Formats: sequence, structure tokens, C-alpha cells
Amino acid sequence: MIFEKEFECAPLKKLKEIQLERLKKLLAYLNKNVSFYHKKFTDMKIKPDSLKSVKDIKHFPFTKKTDLRDHYPFGLFAVPLSKVYEIHASSGTTGNPTVVGYTKKDIKLWSRVMARALACAGVDRSDIVHNAYGYGLFTGGLGFHYGAMELGVTVLPMSSGGTKRQLKLMQDFKTTIITCTPSYTLYMAEEAKEMGIDPLKGNWRIGVLGAEPWTDGMRKEIESVWNMTALDIYGLSEIIGPGVAQECEAKDGLHLFADEFYPEVIDPDTGEPMEEGVAGELTLTTLTKEAIPLLRYRTGDIVSINHEPCKVCGRTLPRISKIKGRTDDMLIIRGINVFPSQIESVLLQIEETEPHYLIVVDRVASLDQLEIQVEVNEKIFSDEIKKLEELEKKIKKEIESVLGLQVSVRLVEPKTIERSQGKSKRVIDKRKF
Amino acid sequence: MKISQVSIFLENKSGRLSEVTKLLAEEKINIRALTLADTSDFGILRLIVNDPQKAIIILRDNGFTVATTEVIAAEVKDKPGGLAEIVEILSKAKLNIEYMYAFVEKQKEKAIIVFKIENIDKAIDILVKNKVTLLQSKDVLNL
Repeated sequence: MIFEKEFECAPLKKLKEIQLERLKKLLAYLNKNVSFYHKKFTDMKIKPDSLKSVKDIKHFPFTKKTDLRDHYPFGLFAVPLSKVYEIHASSGTTGNPTVVGYTKKDIKLWSRVMARALACAGVDRSDIVHNAYGYGLFTGGLGFHYGAMELGVTVLPMSSGGTKRQLKLMQDFKTTIITCTPSYTLYMAEEAKEMGIDPLKGNWRIGVLGAEPWTDGMRKEIESVWNMTALDIYGLSEIIGPGVAQECEAKDGLHLFADEFYPEVIDPDTGEPMEEGVAGELTLTTLTKEAIPLLRYRTGDIVSINHEPCKVCGRTLPRISKIKGRTDDMLIIRGINVFPSQIESVLLQIEETEPHYLIVVDRVASLDQLEIQVEVNEKIFSDEIKKLEELEKKIKKEIESVLGLQVSVRLVEPKTIERSQGKSKRVIDKRKF
Repeated sequence: MKISQVSIFLENKSGRLSEVTKLLAEEKINIRALTLADTSDFGILRLIVNDPQKAIIILRDNGFTVATTEVIAAEVKDKPGGLAEIVEILSKAKLNIEYMYAFVEKQKEKAIIVFKIENIDKAIDILVKNKVTLLQSKDVLNL
């Protein structure tokens, strides 16, 4: 089923017209309502109404995650807080989270694009959506919830965790669609077997999976374990949350809702557009968002883009590939974004001298594990085991509160962490996706 | 009456302990007493050696994280009740024993207990008052 045919199957010429009209309005809106953009336009001596065609967008400035950080919490909002219905937050690069807001219209937009995504994945009104994305500040839970409501499908707001109960209710309620991270489906399969439940006999027919990278190899595994179709969804809270792009049954790229989120694929070093089909950094412009609209936002995700209409589902919206990598060192652990710099800023506050640390990521029994090894030095070394254990606990507690994620911390001997010339290698990722 | 104890941070990796003992042996440092405290992740090796200053320098130069701590070494009657007497004196004075370990003094055939006590000065005071013999640094070095 196609939720909004007029946009999702619009002829390419019509799509460009929609994009141009919305871009023009957006630039005027930003200039008027967001001092950050007004100042940028003034400094760059660029007039908002100088945009005559969609391609002219390349003359306008980029927006980066550090801009959101520098204006924490509400500095980039285009509306007063009284008009903001909902606030969400996700990981920042240091101690402060990245904050986003939604007006009533923005929530409606989010609901619509999520409904598109679910329909694109093959969900219909007779399904029961088992939503195991985390509810709360994370945009996953509520995003899928709104989408299900907009589409008119029954939704079960399970959130994440409590795996035994998830599986029991899957059976008792006969939920048919699972929405969660790809690694969680594998974790649930193992728990199911332990409970004597055969995943092959489970009721889930489609999984709409995202919030972390996963390969076609992992897809095959998930599909064979659960005997269901597993499709990819893409999004990021800075843009809207989940609901930026969705894979259709063709499993050949994710349809990006380009009438709402204008995509560019650029060279991360020069900012110039990449050729069609060549991988680069995905940059997105929100075309109708009200509370925190963003212009040419650098996502840090590396993709390639394909403008050919899809022969299988009929959608004309451009397709992005599965995420191929990152331009920075961001990690995704159990669906949560983690920047090594967050960990470093915690360690610098606890230890006076620059700490030497190593982040080791592994996936054990389908669950991502994060271990932070911190080198001991004479400043922090105490003869008392108690004090060292207290220090380990303190570091663990501080990091967990900043990341929103459980970690383990281990004190190691000095000089065991490799030094390299220039930037030290801070992360060892043992996972294979 | 304060004895200098050397503490070394060791990861729970095989071979680390061996490296330390080999290193000290090479430099002709004699270990009088030792104890190894461990957690699941790491251990602290505590040593009474005949030349703590030299030991610290050697260990540091070889990349170990070390510290020195002041401890007391008390002579204990080598019969049942010997230790209990001393522990009671400290307990009555409300002095907290962080850890302790023992060794035998060859020449006088006395049992020696090493104590780490938070308030070391008060401990020395109270033990001396109760006629407990505390070793001097030079006694330890010459053992």
C-alpha cells in the first residue's frame, strides 16, 4: 500500500517543483525566525530570495551537529517554546544532548512520514505493530507509535527490554509486525529458544528495523531465524526521527521522502556534490518543519543515491543505499549514538591529566557491549583496592549518565594502550555486522 | 617505626607477576614479605623489600605504576593468642586495620605482622604504650 501517492509517486518534474517552492519559503522563514541563520546569511552576503532553482542551494551554508551543540538547548528553534508540543533529545558530542522540538504541525508531519514508512514496508490495517523501540527522549518509540496511529494500525507500545514479556505478548496477542533494532531481533530469537518458543513459528511477518547499521548478511540471518521479511528504516532525530527513508519490498535502496527532506550527497572534504551513484555524505534540508528546521544538515552518514523510479513498488522518490559508514568516529551501541569525545570529556573531568583510554566494542549473544579501559597512572593509583574500585565505579557511573547506556570500566596498566603519532586510536570495534 | 612498603598495580594478565619478580631479582633486591590483593580486573602487589627507594625507581623505569605506603611491622608472640592480643589493642582504640599480612623473622624466630592502619601515628602510640615491639626501618632492611 502507498500512503500518500501524490507525493510518493509524483513525477520527477512535479517533485522538483514542490522542492523549489518549499525551499524558497524555508529560506525566508529561517532568515526571519532563526538568528543563527539570519547572521550566517548576512555574513556570507547571500540573500534568501536568490534561490532560483533547486541547484542554487549549494550557495547556502551547511549546518553541523556542533551548531546544535553551541546553541544548546533551544537556540536554533524558530518558534517560541509555547508553540513546541514535544521535545526530544539524542546524544551530543560532549556532555550535553542534542535537543529537537516539534510543533503540532511537526508532529503531524512526523506521523505522516512514519505512516508512509510503515505502508512502504507492507504494513496494513489488519496488522498489530509490536513496537520495541525505546519510548522516551529517544525518537524511535514515539515515532513508530505516531506512524501506526496515523496509518490506523493497532500498536503495542512495548518499548525496549523485558524480553521474556515481549515474547509472551507476541504469542498471546499475535502481534504481526516487529519494530526494533536489528540486533534486538537476534537477541530475542535466542531468548525465545531458551523459553522453548520456536522463532520460526512466531507471528511476525515483517520487521521494520533501524537505528543502527546492518548488512544484507545480517538481514538474511534475521529473515531465516524469524521467517519474516526484514526491511530497513532510516532517520535521525535532528531531521525528524525515524521516517526519513524506508526500504520497500524490492530491498534495493531506501525511498527517501524527498518532498519533505531535500537530500544532497556531498564530498565531506570539499562540500561539492558527488556524482549520481557515488557514495558521499548525506546532507538533508527539512522543507516544512516549523520548530527546528535545518538547512543542509551534515548527517555524517555515507550513502549513495539513485534517482531511478522503483520498478517494484512504483515510488518515484529517490533511493539511498544502506548506510555504508560514517565521516566521523560516532559509534552506535544497541541503537544509541555514542561519540568517543563524550567519554573523553567525562574522563577529563575525573582525572586531572589527559587520560589514556581505549573503547572496546563487541557484540556478545547479539547484544552490543561497550568496555572502556582506562590507564592507571601514579596520580590515581592508590594502595587501597577499595579506592581503585570506587574510582572504577565512579567512572562507570559518570559515563553511563552521559551516554544513557550501561558500560563496563576496567583499569589497566599504563602504556598498554597503543600510542600512535598524531591522533591515538581510541576505539576497537570487534563487531561484524 | 614506620616501614616503607612498595605497592604495584598489576592487571590480571599472566606473566605480569613474573615480570616483577624477575626484575627485582635482576637488580638484586630482596623481598622480605609480600601479599597480593586481587579483584576480578586487577591486583595490587604489596612488598616489603630491603631497598624500597631502589625498587621504586627500577619499577617505574620499567613502566610499572607504583606507590609507597607507610606501614607498621609488629613482633608477635609465636603462639596462639599472639595476634589476637595486638588486634584487640587496636580495636579498643577504635583503629581501623585496612589490611595485614605476616612473615617470619629468621634471626629471632619471631612472627612479624605488617599492618596498614589509617591513623598510623595513633597506632604506633598505642602499641608502644602496650609494650608491643615495632620494627624499625633498619631492622627490616637488615633482615
